[in-house]
Amino acid sequence: MIYQTIRENIPYLAEGAAITLALALALLAIGLLVGVTLGLMQRYGGMAVRLLATLIERLLRAIPAVVLLFLFYYGISTFYDISSFAAASLALGLRSAAYQSQIVRGALASVPSGQMAAARAIGLTRLAAIRHVVLPQALRQAIGPWTNEALSELKDTSLAYTIGVVELMRQANYIVSASYGHTLAVYSAAALVYLLLSLAATRALARLDHRLRVPGLVH
Amino acid sequence: MSSRNLMRVSHLTKYFGDTPVLNDVSLEVAAGEVKGIIGPSGAGKSTLIRCLNGLEPIDSGRIWLEDTELTAARANLDRLRSRIGFVFQDFNLFTHLSVADNIRLGLRRVRRLGRDEADHIVHRELARVGLESKWQQYPAELSGGQQQRVSIARALAMEPELMLFDEPTSALDPESVGGVLRVMRSLVAEGMTMIIVSHEMAFIEAVANDVLFMAEGRVVEEGSAEQIFQHPQQRRTRQFIDGIAAALIGEASEEGGGA
Repeated sequence: MIYQTIRENIPYLAEGAAITLALALALLAIGLLVGVTLGLMQRYGGMAVRLLATLIERLLRAIPAVVLLFLFYYGISTFYDISSFAAASLALGLRSAAYQSQIVRGALASVPSGQMAAARAIGLTRLAAIRHVVLPQALRQAIGPWTNEALSELKDTSLAYTIGVVELMRQANYIVSASYGHTLAVYSAAALVYLLLSLAATRALARLDHRLRVPGLVH
Repeated sequence: MSSRNLMRVSHLTKYFGDTPVLNDVSLEVAAGEVKGIIGPSGAGKSTLIRCLNGLEPIDSGRIWLEDTELTAARANLDRLRSRIGFVFQDFNLFTHLSVADNIRLGLRRVRRLGRDEADHIVHRELARVGLESKWQQYPAELSGGQQQRVSIARALAMEPELMLFDEPTSALDPESVGGVLRVMRSLVAEGMTMIIVSHEMAFIEAVANDVLFMAEGRVVEEGSAEQIFQHPQQRRTRQFIDGIAAALIGEASEEGGGA
C-alpha cells in the first residue's frame, strides 16, 4: 500500500527535511557573509582588491557544484577529518557567495551617489558611510533577488547527497530501496516536502521584506 | 562683522577631462559673512562649492578652513567636513532613517555624543527649522521643502563654523521655497557664515554681503550685492542681470495680455 509506505516513512522524510533546512541555512549564512564581503570589495575596493574579488567570484561560478562538493569533501578529507555536512555547507556556501556578491554589488550600485556624498559631508568616514548609510539601503534592495537565490540553494542542497549527507533526497533513496515499487510515490513525497519548504521560505522572506519596508518609500 | 578669514581659496582649478570647469578661482570668506554665488548654468558654481568641503577633488589650488589646509596631502578631511555644513540641491536625506535618526547619525558617529545629549540636539535643531513634530517620520513621508529643512537641521546639528548651500531651493516647488528661505534668513540673522549658490536673485540681493558672479568656470566679477545687481562693472555680468530682468518682465507682460 502506497499510503502506508509514505505514512510509515514520514519520520525519515522529516529527518531528511530537517537536515536539508539546516544545510540551506548554513550555506546561505556562509554565502551571505562571504558574498557581502566580495560585493563590497568589488564596489569599493582599489584595482587589486576588485580584481581579486572578481577572480574568486568567476572561479566559484565556473566550477560545477558537484565538483566543488567532491573537492571540499574528498579533497579536505585527505588532511583534515571534515564531516560531509560541513564540506557541503562550505562548497555550496562559497558557490552561493559568488552569486550573492553579484546581488550585493548591484544593490550597492543602485543606492544614489548623493547618499554617500551626504554621509561624507557630515564627516563620516568612507567605511562608516558604507556601514550606516549605503549598506543598510542596499541590503533592503537585495531582499527580492536574494529570495530567488535562497530558493535556488534550498533545492541545490539535494546535490549534497552525492557526498553522503543524509538530507531529504538521500532519505528518499533509502526509502525507495527499502520499499520495492513505490519509487514514484516516494520521490513525489520528497518533491512535496521541497515545495512546502520553498513556500515557507518565500513567506518568511516576504515578511522580512515587509517589516524592513521604509515608510513612504515606493519599492 | 570681524575681518577674520574663515575660508580662503586660492587659484583653484579643476578639469573634467580636458575641459576646465573651474579656472583660477580665488575667494575669501570672513567670519559672519554671507557670500552669494550666481551665474548661468554650467558656470561651475556647484562644482566650486562641492570642492570647498572636499566632496570634489581639485586639480590645483589651495583651500584653507581657518589655519587648516583642506588641500594638504595629510589633511583629515573627515574632521574638516564635520566643521562645514553642506546643504544639497536634492536634500539627500538618508532614506532608510527617520528624521530624528538622520540628524542623530552624525551626532553619535562623528561627534561621539551620548544618547541623551544627541536627542537634546535633535529636538533643538528640528525646532529651529520648525519641524519638531516630524521627528518620527521618514524622509519619503515629507514634502520637498520639509526634507530640505531637515537637511539644514542635520547640518546645523554638527554645529558647523561655515554653511555651504548648493542651490537649496532649485528642486522645490514654488510653495516650499519660502519656508526654506525663511530658515536661511534666520541663520543670517544669527550671524552664521554662509556661502550660497542660488538662482533666487532677490534673496541673494537681500542677504548677501558679497556676491560672486561666475561664468565659464571663472569669477567674472565680485562685489557688494548692490554693485552686482544694480551697477555691474563687467559686460558679462550686465548681460546676465539684464537677461534675468528681461525674462521677468517678459513673463509679466505676457500675463498682461500683450504680445
